Amino acid sequence: MMDNSYNAIMARKNDIIRNAVGMDYSEFERGGITFDYEAMMDATGYTIEELQRVQAMFSIGNTPLIELKNLTALARKCASKGKGARIFIKDEASNPSGSFKARRACTSVYHAKKLGYKGVIAATSGNYGAAVACCAAMAGLKCIVVQECYDSKGIGQPEIIEKARKCEALGAEVVQLTVGPELFSTVLQLLEETGYFNASLYTPFGIAGVETLGYEVAMQCRERLGKDPDVVVCTNAGGGNLTGTARGLRKAGCSAKIIGASVNLKGLHMASDDQFNRKSFTTGHTGFGVPYAVDPDHSDVPRSAARPLRYMERYVTVTQGSVFYITECLASLEGLEKGPAGNTSLAAAFRLAQDMDEDQIIVVQETEYTGAGKHINPQLSFARQNGIEIIFGDPKDEIPGKSIILPAHPSLIQVNDMDLDHIRRSRIKRAVGSHKDELTDEDIRYLIEETNSNEEFVRKAVAEL
Amino acid sequence: MAKKSDWVQIHNIVLNPEERSSALPEDTKSHPLEVWMKGWLQQDAKLGDEVEVITRVGRRAKGTLVDERPYFRHGYGELVPEVLMIGEMVRNITFGGDE
Repeated sequence: MMDNSYNAIMARKNDIIRNAVGMDYSEFERGGITFDYEAMMDATGYTIEELQRVQAMFSIGNTPLIELKNLTALARKCASKGKGARIFIKDEASNPSGSFKARRACTSVYHAKKLGYKGVIAATSGNYGAAVACCAAMAGLKCIVVQECYDSKGIGQPEIIEKARKCEALGAEVVQLTVGPELFSTVLQLLEETGYFNASLYTPFGIAGVETLGYEVAMQCRERLGKDPDVVVCTNAGGGNLTGTARGLRKAGCSAKIIGASVNLKGLHMASDDQFNRKSFTTGHTGFGVPYAVDPDHSDVPRSAARPLRYMERYVTVTQGSVFYITECLASLEGLEKGPAGNTSLAAAFRLAQDMDEDQIIVVQETEYTGAGKHINPQLSFARQNGIEIIFGDPKDEIPGKSIILPAHPSLIQVNDMDLDHIRRSRIKRAVGSHKDELTDEDIRYLIEETNSNEEFVRKAVAEL
Repeated sequence: MAKKSDWVQIHNIVLNPEERSSALPEDTKSHPLEVWMKGWLQQDAKLGDEVEVITRVGRRAKGTLVDERPYFRHGYGELVPEVLMIGEMVRNITFGGDE
Protein backbone atom coordinates (compact mmCIF):
# COMPACT_ATOMS: atom_id res chain seq x y z
CA MET A 1 0.00 0.00 0.00
CA MET A 2 1.41 3.37 -1.06
CA ASP A 3 2.04 5.87 1.76
CA ASN A 4 -0.20 8.80 0.82
CA SER A 5 0.61 11.05 3.75
CA TYR A 6 1.49 14.63 2.81
CA ASN A 7 5.21 14.21 3.54
CA ALA A 8 5.45 10.89 1.71
CA ILE A 9 3.80 12.31 -1.41
CA MET A 10 5.97 15.43 -1.39
CA ALA A 11 9.07 13.21 -1.04
CA ARG A 12 8.09 11.46 -4.29
CA LYS A 13 7.49 14.81 -6.03
CA ASN A 14 10.39 14.73 -8.52
CA ASP A 15 9.64 11.22 -9.74
CA ILE A 16 5.93 11.93 -10.08
CA ILE A 17 6.53 15.14 -12.05
CA ARG A 18 9.09 13.51 -14.35
CA ASN A 19 6.63 10.74 -15.20
CA ALA A 20 3.79 13.20 -15.62
CA VAL A 21 5.43 15.72 -17.96
CA GLY A 22 7.56 13.34 -19.99
CA MET A 23 10.46 15.77 -19.64
CA ASP A 24 13.61 15.67 -17.54
CA TYR A 25 14.17 19.20 -16.32
CA SER A 26 17.67 18.39 -15.04
CA GLU A 27 18.82 18.47 -18.68
CA PHE A 28 18.51 22.24 -18.65
CA GLU A 29 20.45 22.91 -15.47
CA ARG A 30 23.86 24.42 -16.21
CA GLY A 31 25.44 24.28 -12.78
CA GLY A 32 25.49 27.09 -10.23
CA ILE A 33 22.18 29.00 -10.31
CA THR A 34 21.87 28.94 -14.11
CA PHE A 35 19.46 26.98 -16.23
CA ASP A 36 19.07 27.24 -19.99
CA TYR A 37 15.62 28.74 -20.54
CA GLU A 38 15.79 28.77 -24.33
CA ALA A 39 16.96 25.16 -24.43
CA MET A 40 13.93 24.24 -22.32
CA MET A 41 11.60 26.16 -24.66
CA ASP A 42 13.24 24.51 -27.70
CA ALA A 43 12.74 21.09 -26.10
CA THR A 44 9.02 21.30 -26.85
CA GLY A 45 10.11 20.60 -30.41
CA TYR A 46 7.35 22.79 -31.88
CA THR A 47 8.01 25.78 -34.10
CA ILE A 48 5.46 28.60 -34.14
CA GLU A 49 4.15 27.34 -37.50
CA GLU A 50 3.62 23.87 -36.01
CA LEU A 51 1.87 25.37 -33.02
CA GLN A 52 -0.44 27.30 -35.32
CA ARG A 53 -1.23 24.10 -37.19
CA VAL A 54 -1.94 22.17 -33.98
CA GLN A 55 -4.13 24.98 -32.66
CA ALA A 56 -6.02 25.12 -35.97
CA MET A 57 -6.82 21.41 -35.52
CA PHE A 58 -8.57 22.43 -32.28
CA SER A 59 -10.20 25.51 -33.92
CA ILE A 60 -8.12 27.73 -31.66
CA GLY A 61 -6.56 31.04 -32.62
CA ASN A 62 -7.11 33.61 -35.37
CA THR A 63 -9.39 35.53 -33.03
CA PRO A 64 -10.68 38.94 -34.13
CA LEU A 65 -8.80 42.14 -33.31
CA ILE A 66 -11.52 44.66 -32.56
CA GLU A 67 -11.07 48.43 -32.56
CA LEU A 68 -12.82 49.99 -29.56
CA LYS A 69 -13.79 53.26 -31.21
CA ASN A 70 -16.23 54.46 -28.58
CA LEU A 71 -13.96 53.59 -25.69
CA THR A 72 -11.17 55.41 -27.52
CA ALA A 73 -13.50 58.41 -27.88
CA LEU A 74 -14.17 58.30 -24.14
CA ALA A 75 -10.44 58.11 -23.36
CA ARG A 76 -9.85 61.14 -25.61
CA LYS A 77 -12.47 63.09 -23.64
CA CYS A 78 -10.32 62.42 -20.56
CA ALA A 79 -7.00 63.22 -22.29
CA SER A 80 -5.31 66.44 -23.33
CA LYS A 81 -5.66 67.61 -26.94
CA GLY A 82 -4.01 65.33 -29.50
CA LYS A 83 -3.68 62.52 -27.00
CA GLY A 84 -5.59 59.24 -26.82
CA ALA A 85 -4.20 56.27 -28.76
CA ARG A 86 -6.50 53.95 -30.71
CA ILE A 87 -7.45 51.07 -28.43
CA PHE A 88 -7.77 47.56 -29.92
CA ILE A 89 -8.76 44.38 -28.16
CA LYS A 90 -7.97 40.80 -29.15
CA ASP A 91 -11.21 38.89 -28.67
CA GLU A 92 -9.75 35.75 -27.16
CA ALA A 93 -13.13 34.88 -25.66
CA SER A 94 -14.03 33.61 -29.12
CA ASN A 95 -11.63 30.68 -28.69
CA PRO A 96 -13.22 27.33 -27.79
CA SER A 97 -13.54 27.35 -23.96
CA GLY A 98 -13.77 31.15 -23.97
CA SER A 99 -10.29 32.46 -23.25
CA PHE A 100 -6.70 32.63 -24.47
CA LYS A 101 -6.02 29.70 -22.14
CA ALA A 102 -7.20 27.42 -24.97
CA ARG A 103 -3.89 28.16 -26.70
CA ARG A 104 -2.03 27.17 -23.58
CA ALA A 105 -3.98 23.98 -22.97
CA CYS A 106 -4.04 22.75 -26.55
CA THR A 107 -0.30 22.21 -26.90
CA SER A 108 -0.16 20.27 -23.63
CA VAL A 109 -3.14 18.12 -24.52
CA TYR A 110 -1.83 17.47 -28.03
CA HIS A 111 1.55 16.52 -26.62
CA ALA A 112 0.00 14.27 -23.95
CA LYS A 113 -2.01 12.48 -26.63
CA LYS A 114 1.06 12.06 -28.82
CA LEU A 115 3.02 10.54 -25.93
CA GLY A 116 0.21 8.08 -25.25
CA TYR A 117 -1.14 9.42 -21.96
CA LYS A 118 -4.77 8.48 -21.27
CA GLY A 119 -5.67 11.70 -19.52
CA VAL A 120 -4.54 15.10 -18.30
CA ILE A 121 -4.64 16.84 -14.93
CA ALA A 122 -4.52 20.57 -14.30
CA ALA A 123 -4.39 22.49 -11.03
CA THR A 124 -6.29 25.71 -11.58
CA SER A 125 -9.26 27.70 -10.34
CA GLY A 126 -9.25 29.72 -13.52
CA ASN A 127 -10.15 29.65 -17.20
CA TYR A 128 -7.32 27.22 -17.78
CA GLY A 129 -9.39 24.36 -16.33
CA ALA A 130 -12.11 24.83 -18.93
CA ALA A 131 -9.45 25.13 -21.62
CA VAL A 132 -7.84 21.82 -20.67
CA ALA A 133 -11.24 20.14 -20.34
CA CYS A 134 -12.24 21.49 -23.76
CA CYS A 135 -9.09 20.32 -25.55
CA ALA A 136 -9.17 16.96 -23.73
CA ALA A 137 -12.76 16.51 -24.94
CA MET A 138 -11.64 17.14 -28.51
CA ALA A 139 -8.65 14.80 -28.17
CA GLY A 140 -10.64 12.03 -26.51
CA LEU A 141 -8.57 12.20 -23.31
CA LYS A 142 -9.84 12.09 -19.76
CA CYS A 143 -9.41 15.18 -17.64
CA ILE A 144 -9.24 16.09 -13.96
CA VAL A 145 -9.23 19.71 -12.81
CA VAL A 146 -8.18 20.47 -9.23
CA GLN A 147 -9.49 23.76 -7.83
CA GLU A 148 -8.92 25.85 -4.73
CA CYS A 149 -12.57 26.75 -4.39
CA TYR A 150 -14.00 27.13 -0.89
CA ASP A 151 -13.22 28.85 2.38
CA SER A 152 -13.52 26.88 5.64
CA LYS A 153 -17.25 27.69 5.78
CA GLY A 154 -17.69 25.94 2.45
CA ILE A 155 -18.47 29.20 0.64
CA GLY A 156 -17.08 29.39 -2.87
CA GLN A 157 -16.29 32.37 -5.05
CA PRO A 158 -19.07 32.52 -7.68
CA GLU A 159 -16.45 32.94 -10.39
CA ILE A 160 -14.69 29.70 -9.38
CA ILE A 161 -17.97 27.79 -9.07
CA GLU A 162 -18.79 28.81 -12.61
CA LYS A 163 -15.45 27.50 -13.81
CA ALA A 164 -16.18 24.18 -12.07
CA ARG A 165 -19.51 24.04 -13.89
CA LYS A 166 -17.88 24.69 -17.23
CA CYS A 167 -15.22 22.01 -16.64
CA GLU A 168 -17.94 19.48 -15.77
CA ALA A 169 -19.95 20.56 -18.81
CA LEU A 170 -16.91 19.71 -20.94
CA GLY A 171 -16.61 16.26 -19.40
CA ALA A 172 -13.96 16.79 -16.74
CA GLU A 173 -13.87 15.56 -13.17
CA VAL A 174 -13.53 18.51 -10.82
CA VAL A 175 -11.85 18.07 -7.43
CA GLN A 176 -12.51 21.03 -5.15
CA LEU A 177 -10.47 21.99 -2.10
CA THR A 178 -10.45 24.60 0.62
CA VAL A 179 -7.82 27.33 0.72
CA GLY A 180 -4.17 26.34 0.89
CA PRO A 181 -1.10 25.65 -1.21
CA GLU A 182 -1.08 22.00 -0.09
CA LEU A 183 -3.45 21.48 -3.03
CA PHE A 184 -0.25 20.53 -4.82
CA SER A 185 0.01 17.28 -2.85
CA THR A 186 -3.51 16.32 -3.96
CA VAL A 187 -2.46 16.96 -7.56
CA LEU A 188 0.64 14.79 -7.15
CA GLN A 189 -1.42 12.00 -5.61
CA LEU A 190 -3.87 12.12 -8.52
CA LEU A 191 -1.03 12.14 -11.06
CA GLU A 192 0.44 9.08 -9.40
CA GLU A 193 -2.90 7.30 -9.08
CA THR A 194 -4.00 7.88 -12.68
CA GLY A 195 -0.70 8.08 -14.61
CA TYR A 196 -2.12 11.11 -16.44
CA PHE A 197 -0.10 13.95 -17.97
CA ASN A 198 0.48 17.04 -15.83
CA ALA A 199 -0.97 19.77 -18.02
CA SER A 200 0.64 22.36 -15.79
CA LEU A 201 0.15 26.01 -16.63
CA TYR A 202 3.90 26.41 -16.48
CA THR A 203 5.38 23.81 -18.83
CA PRO A 204 7.11 25.01 -22.01
CA PHE A 205 4.23 23.48 -24.01
CA GLY A 206 1.73 25.80 -22.37
CA ILE A 207 3.81 28.94 -22.77
CA ALA A 208 4.82 28.12 -26.33
CA GLY A 209 1.10 27.85 -27.08
CA VAL A 210 0.61 31.51 -26.15
CA GLU A 211 3.32 32.64 -28.57
CA THR A 212 0.79 32.37 -31.40
CA LEU A 213 -1.27 35.07 -29.69
CA GLY A 214 1.53 37.63 -29.77
CA TYR A 215 2.40 36.60 -33.31
CA GLU A 216 -1.19 37.13 -34.46
CA VAL A 217 -1.38 40.56 -32.82
CA ALA A 218 1.66 41.72 -34.81
CA MET A 219 0.40 40.22 -38.08
CA GLN A 220 -3.14 41.56 -37.70
CA CYS A 221 -1.88 45.07 -36.94
CA ARG A 222 0.38 44.98 -40.01
CA GLU A 223 -2.42 43.75 -42.27
CA ARG A 224 -5.05 46.17 -40.98
CA LEU A 225 -3.08 49.22 -40.00
CA GLY A 226 0.08 48.83 -42.01
CA LYS A 227 2.19 49.10 -38.88
CA ASP A 228 3.07 47.46 -35.59
CA PRO A 229 1.29 48.28 -32.35
CA ASP A 230 3.16 50.75 -30.14
CA VAL A 231 2.10 49.14 -26.88
CA VAL A 232 0.69 45.73 -25.96
CA VAL A 233 -0.84 45.41 -22.50
CA CYS A 234 -1.08 41.97 -20.85
CA THR A 235 -2.95 41.07 -17.69
CA ASN A 236 -0.31 39.53 -15.45
CA ALA A 237 -0.84 36.83 -12.82
CA GLY A 238 1.30 33.70 -13.11
CA GLY A 239 3.24 35.36 -15.93
CA GLY A 240 2.44 32.93 -18.76
CA ASN A 241 0.14 35.28 -20.65
CA LEU A 242 2.74 38.02 -20.77
CA THR A 243 5.68 35.69 -21.41
CA GLY A 244 4.05 33.82 -24.28
CA THR A 245 2.61 36.95 -25.90
CA ALA A 246 5.93 38.78 -25.68
CA ARG A 247 7.83 35.86 -27.18
CA GLY A 248 5.32 35.70 -30.04
CA LEU A 249 5.61 39.43 -30.72
CA ARG A 250 9.40 39.17 -30.77
CA LYS A 251 9.25 36.15 -33.08
CA ALA A 252 7.21 38.32 -35.44
CA GLY A 253 9.94 40.95 -35.25
CA CYS A 254 7.61 43.35 -33.45
CA SER A 255 9.17 45.70 -30.92
CA ALA A 256 5.97 46.96 -29.28
CA LYS A 257 6.45 48.00 -25.67
CA ILE A 258 5.17 45.27 -23.37
CA ILE A 259 3.32 46.45 -20.31
CA GLY A 260 2.03 44.12 -17.59
CA ALA A 261 -1.11 45.03 -15.64
CA SER A 262 -2.50 43.51 -12.45
CA VAL A 263 -5.40 44.30 -10.15
CA ASN A 264 -4.08 45.78 -6.92
CA LEU A 265 -4.89 43.41 -4.04
CA LYS A 266 -2.25 44.84 -1.73
CA GLY A 267 -2.73 43.77 1.88
CA LEU A 268 -4.66 40.58 1.13
CA HIS A 269 -2.87 37.30 1.85
CA MET A 270 -3.42 34.71 -0.89
CA ALA A 271 -3.32 31.74 1.49
CA SER A 272 -5.67 33.34 4.02
CA ASP A 273 -8.94 31.55 4.69
CA ASP A 274 -10.58 34.69 6.15
CA GLN A 275 -9.61 36.83 3.17
CA PHE A 276 -10.33 34.25 0.45
CA ASN A 277 -13.83 35.59 -0.25
CA ARG A 278 -12.93 39.23 0.35
CA LYS A 279 -11.07 39.28 -2.95
CA SER A 280 -13.29 40.25 -5.84
CA PHE A 281 -10.76 39.01 -8.36
CA THR A 282 -9.58 35.43 -8.34
CA THR A 283 -6.83 36.05 -10.90
CA GLY A 284 -5.03 38.82 -12.75
CA HIS A 285 -4.03 40.35 -9.45
CA THR A 286 -0.84 41.34 -7.64
CA GLY A 287 -1.20 38.42 -5.22
CA PHE A 288 -0.07 36.18 -8.07
CA GLY A 289 1.67 38.72 -10.28
CA VAL A 290 4.39 39.81 -7.87
CA PRO A 291 5.37 36.47 -6.26
CA TYR A 292 5.44 34.68 -9.62
CA ALA A 293 7.64 37.42 -11.11
CA VAL A 294 10.04 37.23 -8.16
CA ASP A 295 10.06 33.44 -7.94
CA PRO A 296 8.65 31.84 -11.11
CA ASP A 297 9.86 28.41 -10.04
CA HIS A 298 7.52 28.02 -7.07
CA SER A 299 4.97 26.49 -9.45
CA ASP A 300 4.08 22.83 -9.99
CA VAL A 301 7.03 22.09 -12.31
CA PRO A 302 10.76 22.33 -11.43
CA ARG A 303 11.37 25.21 -13.86
CA SER A 304 8.56 27.46 -14.98
CA ALA A 305 8.40 28.52 -18.60
CA ALA A 306 6.51 31.65 -17.52
CA ARG A 307 9.21 34.23 -16.75
CA PRO A 308 7.55 37.64 -17.14
CA LEU A 309 10.51 39.71 -15.90
CA ARG A 310 12.41 38.68 -19.02
CA TYR A 311 9.93 40.63 -21.15
CA MET A 312 8.03 43.16 -19.05
CA GLU A 313 9.10 46.75 -19.71
CA ARG A 314 6.64 48.38 -17.36
CA TYR A 315 4.31 46.95 -14.71
CA VAL A 316 1.21 48.84 -13.61
CA THR A 317 -1.66 48.15 -11.25
CA VAL A 318 -5.30 49.16 -11.46
CA THR A 319 -8.03 48.97 -8.82
CA GLN A 320 -10.81 46.39 -8.64
CA GLY A 321 -13.43 49.13 -9.04
CA SER A 322 -11.72 50.45 -12.17
CA VAL A 323 -11.77 47.01 -13.81
CA PHE A 324 -15.44 46.46 -12.99
CA TYR A 325 -16.19 49.92 -14.36
CA ILE A 326 -14.30 49.38 -17.62
CA THR A 327 -16.02 45.99 -18.03
CA GLU A 328 -19.36 47.78 -17.95
CA CYS A 329 -17.99 50.39 -20.38
CA LEU A 330 -17.08 47.59 -22.78
CA ALA A 331 -20.68 46.33 -22.65
CA SER A 332 -22.37 49.76 -22.74
CA LEU A 333 -20.16 51.46 -25.32
CA GLU A 334 -18.96 48.60 -27.49
CA GLY A 335 -21.68 45.99 -27.12
CA LEU A 336 -19.15 43.45 -25.89
CA GLU A 337 -20.10 41.63 -22.70
CA LYS A 338 -16.97 39.92 -21.34
CA GLY A 339 -15.67 38.54 -18.05
CA PRO A 340 -14.04 41.07 -15.72
CA ALA A 341 -10.64 39.54 -14.89
CA GLY A 342 -9.42 39.65 -18.49
CA ASN A 343 -10.31 43.34 -18.61
CA THR A 344 -7.59 44.23 -16.12
CA SER A 345 -5.34 45.13 -19.03
CA LEU A 346 -8.21 47.06 -20.65
CA ALA A 347 -8.59 49.30 -17.60
CA ALA A 348 -4.85 49.95 -17.74
CA ALA A 349 -4.92 50.56 -21.51
CA PHE A 350 -7.77 53.06 -21.13
CA ARG A 351 -5.49 55.21 -18.96
CA LEU A 352 -2.22 54.48 -20.79
CA ALA A 353 -3.83 55.52 -24.10
CA GLN A 354 -4.38 58.99 -22.68
CA ASP A 355 -0.59 59.56 -22.51
CA MET A 356 -0.08 58.40 -26.10
CA ASP A 357 -0.63 60.30 -29.35
CA GLU A 358 -3.91 59.86 -31.25
CA ASP A 359 -2.20 58.07 -34.14
CA GLN A 360 -0.58 55.48 -31.89
CA ILE A 361 -1.90 51.97 -31.34
CA ILE A 362 -2.40 50.22 -28.00
CA VAL A 363 -3.51 46.59 -28.00
CA VAL A 364 -5.22 44.76 -25.17
CA GLN A 365 -4.42 41.16 -25.97
CA GLU A 366 -7.33 39.27 -24.42
CA THR A 367 -10.96 39.04 -23.48
CA GLU A 368 -12.55 36.15 -21.57
CA TYR A 369 -16.03 34.65 -21.63
CA THR A 370 -18.69 35.77 -19.19
CA GLY A 371 -21.61 33.96 -17.63
CA ALA A 372 -23.33 33.22 -14.33
CA GLY A 373 -20.94 33.89 -11.45
CA LYS A 374 -18.27 35.20 -13.76
CA HIS A 375 -19.65 38.62 -14.47
CA ILE A 376 -19.50 42.01 -12.75
CA ASN A 377 -23.01 41.76 -11.33
CA PRO A 378 -22.64 38.52 -9.33
CA GLN A 379 -19.11 39.48 -8.32
CA LEU A 380 -20.19 42.86 -6.99
CA SER A 381 -23.27 41.32 -5.41
CA PHE A 382 -21.10 38.69 -3.71
CA ALA A 383 -18.69 41.37 -2.49
CA ARG A 384 -21.57 43.36 -1.01
CA GLN A 385 -22.88 40.22 0.74
CA ASN A 386 -19.39 39.80 2.22
CA GLY A 387 -19.48 43.27 3.72
CA ILE A 388 -17.36 45.01 1.10
CA GLU A 389 -18.40 48.64 0.67
CA ILE A 390 -19.23 49.50 -2.95
CA ILE A 391 -19.44 53.21 -3.73
CA PHE A 392 -18.71 55.76 -6.43
CA GLY A 393 -15.67 57.89 -5.73
CA ASP A 394 -11.97 58.16 -6.43
CA PRO A 395 -10.43 54.73 -7.05
CA LYS A 396 -7.24 55.76 -5.26
CA ASP A 397 -9.19 55.50 -1.98
CA GLU A 398 -10.05 51.81 -2.56
CA ILE A 399 -8.82 49.42 0.14
CA PRO A 400 -8.72 45.81 -1.14
CA GLY A 401 -10.88 43.57 1.03
CA LYS A 402 -12.76 46.54 2.50
CA SER A 403 -14.01 48.63 -0.39
CA ILE A 404 -14.58 48.68 -4.11
CA ILE A 405 -14.60 52.20 -5.44
CA LEU A 406 -16.22 52.67 -8.82
CA PRO A 407 -14.80 55.76 -10.53
CA ALA A 408 -17.22 58.71 -10.22
CA HIS A 409 -15.90 59.79 -13.64
CA PRO A 410 -13.83 57.84 -16.19
CA SER A 411 -11.02 60.41 -15.89
CA LEU A 412 -10.41 59.10 -12.36
CA ILE A 413 -9.15 55.76 -13.68
CA GLN A 414 -5.41 55.72 -13.05
CA VAL A 415 -2.54 53.28 -13.32
CA ASN A 416 0.08 52.96 -10.61
CA ASP A 417 3.59 51.97 -11.59
CA MET A 418 5.15 49.11 -9.70
CA ASP A 419 8.85 49.57 -8.94
CA LEU A 420 10.11 47.11 -11.55
CA ASP A 421 13.73 47.53 -10.48
CA HIS A 422 12.74 46.54 -6.96
CA ILE A 423 11.04 43.39 -8.31
CA ARG A 424 14.15 42.68 -10.41
CA ARG A 425 16.38 42.97 -7.33
CA SER A 426 14.04 40.61 -5.45
CA ARG A 427 14.27 38.17 -8.37
CA ILE A 428 18.07 38.31 -8.22
CA LYS A 429 18.04 37.76 -4.46
CA ARG A 430 15.76 34.75 -4.87
CA ALA A 431 17.79 33.26 -7.73
CA VAL A 432 21.13 33.75 -5.98
CA GLY A 433 20.01 32.32 -2.66
CA SER A 434 23.03 31.26 -0.66
CA HIS A 435 25.37 31.19 -3.70
CA LYS A 436 26.45 34.84 -3.61
CA ASP A 437 30.15 34.05 -3.28
CA GLU A 438 30.18 31.35 -5.96
CA LEU A 439 28.64 33.24 -8.89
CA THR A 440 30.28 32.68 -12.28
CA ASP A 441 30.17 34.96 -15.32
CA GLU A 442 27.57 32.57 -16.74
CA ASP A 443 25.42 33.09 -13.64
CA ILE A 444 25.65 36.86 -14.11
CA ARG A 445 24.60 36.51 -17.75
CA TYR A 446 21.67 34.35 -16.61
CA LEU A 447 20.58 37.00 -14.10
CA ILE A 448 20.77 39.72 -16.76
CA GLU A 449 18.42 37.66 -18.95
CA GLU A 450 16.14 36.77 -16.06
CA THR A 451 15.63 40.43 -15.21
CA ASN A 452 15.92 41.98 -18.70
CA SER A 453 18.55 44.32 -17.25
CA ASN A 454 22.29 44.86 -17.67
CA GLU A 455 25.55 43.77 -16.09
CA GLU A 456 25.96 46.90 -14.00
CA PHE A 457 22.47 46.51 -12.53
CA VAL A 458 22.97 42.82 -11.72
CA ARG A 459 26.44 43.25 -10.20
CA LYS A 460 25.23 46.12 -8.04
CA ALA A 461 22.18 44.14 -6.90
CA VAL A 462 24.34 41.13 -6.06
CA ALA A 463 26.82 43.28 -4.14
CA GLU A 464 23.95 44.66 -2.05
CA LEU A 465 22.76 41.19 -1.02
CA MET B 1 -31.73 8.28 1.02
CA ALA B 2 -29.48 8.00 -2.02
CA LYS B 3 -29.64 4.96 -4.27
CA LYS B 4 -26.83 3.04 -5.89
CA SER B 5 -25.94 4.74 -9.21
CA ASP B 6 -27.16 8.18 -8.08
CA TRP B 7 -24.86 11.12 -8.88
CA VAL B 8 -23.61 12.39 -5.51
CA GLN B 9 -20.98 14.53 -3.81
CA ILE B 10 -18.54 13.25 -1.19
CA HIS B 11 -16.26 15.05 1.24
CA ASN B 12 -12.94 14.24 2.93
CA ILE B 13 -10.42 15.81 5.24
CA VAL B 14 -7.10 15.83 3.38
CA LEU B 15 -5.00 17.29 6.18
CA ASN B 16 -5.90 17.93 9.80
CA PRO B 17 -4.86 21.34 11.17
CA GLU B 18 -1.75 19.91 12.86
CA GLU B 19 -0.64 18.31 9.56
CA ARG B 20 -0.82 21.53 7.55
CA SER B 21 2.08 23.52 6.10
CA SER B 22 3.86 25.65 8.68
CA ALA B 23 4.08 28.51 6.16
CA LEU B 24 0.33 29.19 6.31
CA PRO B 25 -1.32 32.15 8.03
CA GLU B 26 -2.92 31.20 11.37
CA ASP B 27 -6.52 31.68 10.14
CA THR B 28 -5.93 29.02 7.48
CA LYS B 29 -3.82 26.65 9.57
CA SER B 30 -6.50 26.42 12.25
CA HIS B 31 -8.80 24.66 9.73
CA PRO B 32 -8.37 21.29 8.04
CA LEU B 33 -7.69 21.07 4.29
CA GLU B 34 -10.96 19.68 2.89
CA VAL B 35 -11.87 18.19 -0.46
CA TRP B 36 -15.14 17.59 -2.33
CA MET B 37 -15.58 15.20 -5.26
CA LYS B 38 -18.54 13.93 -7.29
CA GLY B 39 -19.36 10.57 -8.76
CA TRP B 40 -21.80 7.68 -9.23
CA LEU B 41 -22.69 6.15 -5.85
CA GLN B 42 -21.74 2.49 -5.50
CA GLN B 43 -24.25 1.47 -2.79
CA ASP B 44 -27.49 2.74 -1.24
CA ALA B 45 -26.61 5.22 1.50
CA LYS B 46 -27.84 8.18 3.52
CA LEU B 47 -26.18 11.56 4.08
CA GLY B 48 -23.22 11.22 6.46
CA ASP B 49 -22.42 7.62 5.48
CA GLU B 50 -18.95 6.62 4.32
CA VAL B 51 -19.39 5.64 0.68
CA GLU B 52 -17.56 4.85 -2.52
CA VAL B 53 -18.17 6.60 -5.85
CA ILE B 54 -16.89 6.20 -9.37
CA THR B 55 -15.88 9.61 -10.67
CA ARG B 56 -16.21 11.13 -14.12
CA VAL B 57 -12.85 9.71 -15.23
CA GLY B 58 -13.63 6.28 -13.76
CA ARG B 59 -11.64 6.56 -10.53
CA ARG B 60 -12.90 4.96 -7.33
CA ALA B 61 -12.99 7.48 -4.47
CA LYS B 62 -14.19 7.14 -0.90
CA GLY B 63 -15.62 9.78 1.41
CA THR B 64 -18.58 11.02 3.42
CA LEU B 65 -21.78 11.44 1.45
CA VAL B 66 -22.69 15.15 1.69
CA ASP B 67 -25.05 15.83 -1.21
CA GLU B 68 -27.44 13.82 -3.38
CA ARG B 69 -27.97 14.92 -6.96
CA PRO B 70 -25.76 18.03 -6.51
CA TYR B 71 -26.34 20.91 -8.88
CA PHE B 72 -24.98 24.40 -9.45
CA ARG B 73 -26.74 27.22 -7.68
CA HIS B 74 -24.66 30.20 -8.77
CA GLY B 75 -26.26 32.92 -10.83
CA TYR B 76 -26.05 36.62 -11.56
CA GLY B 77 -26.47 37.79 -7.97
CA GLU B 78 -28.77 40.47 -6.63
CA LEU B 79 -29.39 43.82 -8.28
CA VAL B 80 -26.36 46.09 -8.18
CA PRO B 81 -27.82 49.44 -9.30
CA GLU B 82 -24.35 50.95 -9.66
CA VAL B 83 -23.83 48.79 -12.74
CA LEU B 84 -26.79 50.48 -14.44
CA MET B 85 -25.48 53.88 -13.36
CA ILE B 86 -22.07 53.25 -14.93
CA GLY B 87 -23.75 52.44 -18.23
CA GLU B 88 -25.75 55.68 -18.18
CA MET B 89 -22.74 57.75 -17.10
CA VAL B 90 -20.42 56.63 -19.84
CA ARG B 91 -23.04 56.79 -22.57
CA ASN B 92 -23.84 60.35 -21.56
CA ILE B 93 -20.19 61.38 -21.56
CA THR B 94 -19.38 59.62 -24.82
CA PHE B 95 -22.49 60.36 -26.86
CA GLY B 96 -23.77 63.52 -25.13
CA GLY B 97 -26.88 62.03 -23.49
CA ASP B 98 -30.25 63.33 -24.74
CA GLU B 99 -28.96 66.61 -26.16
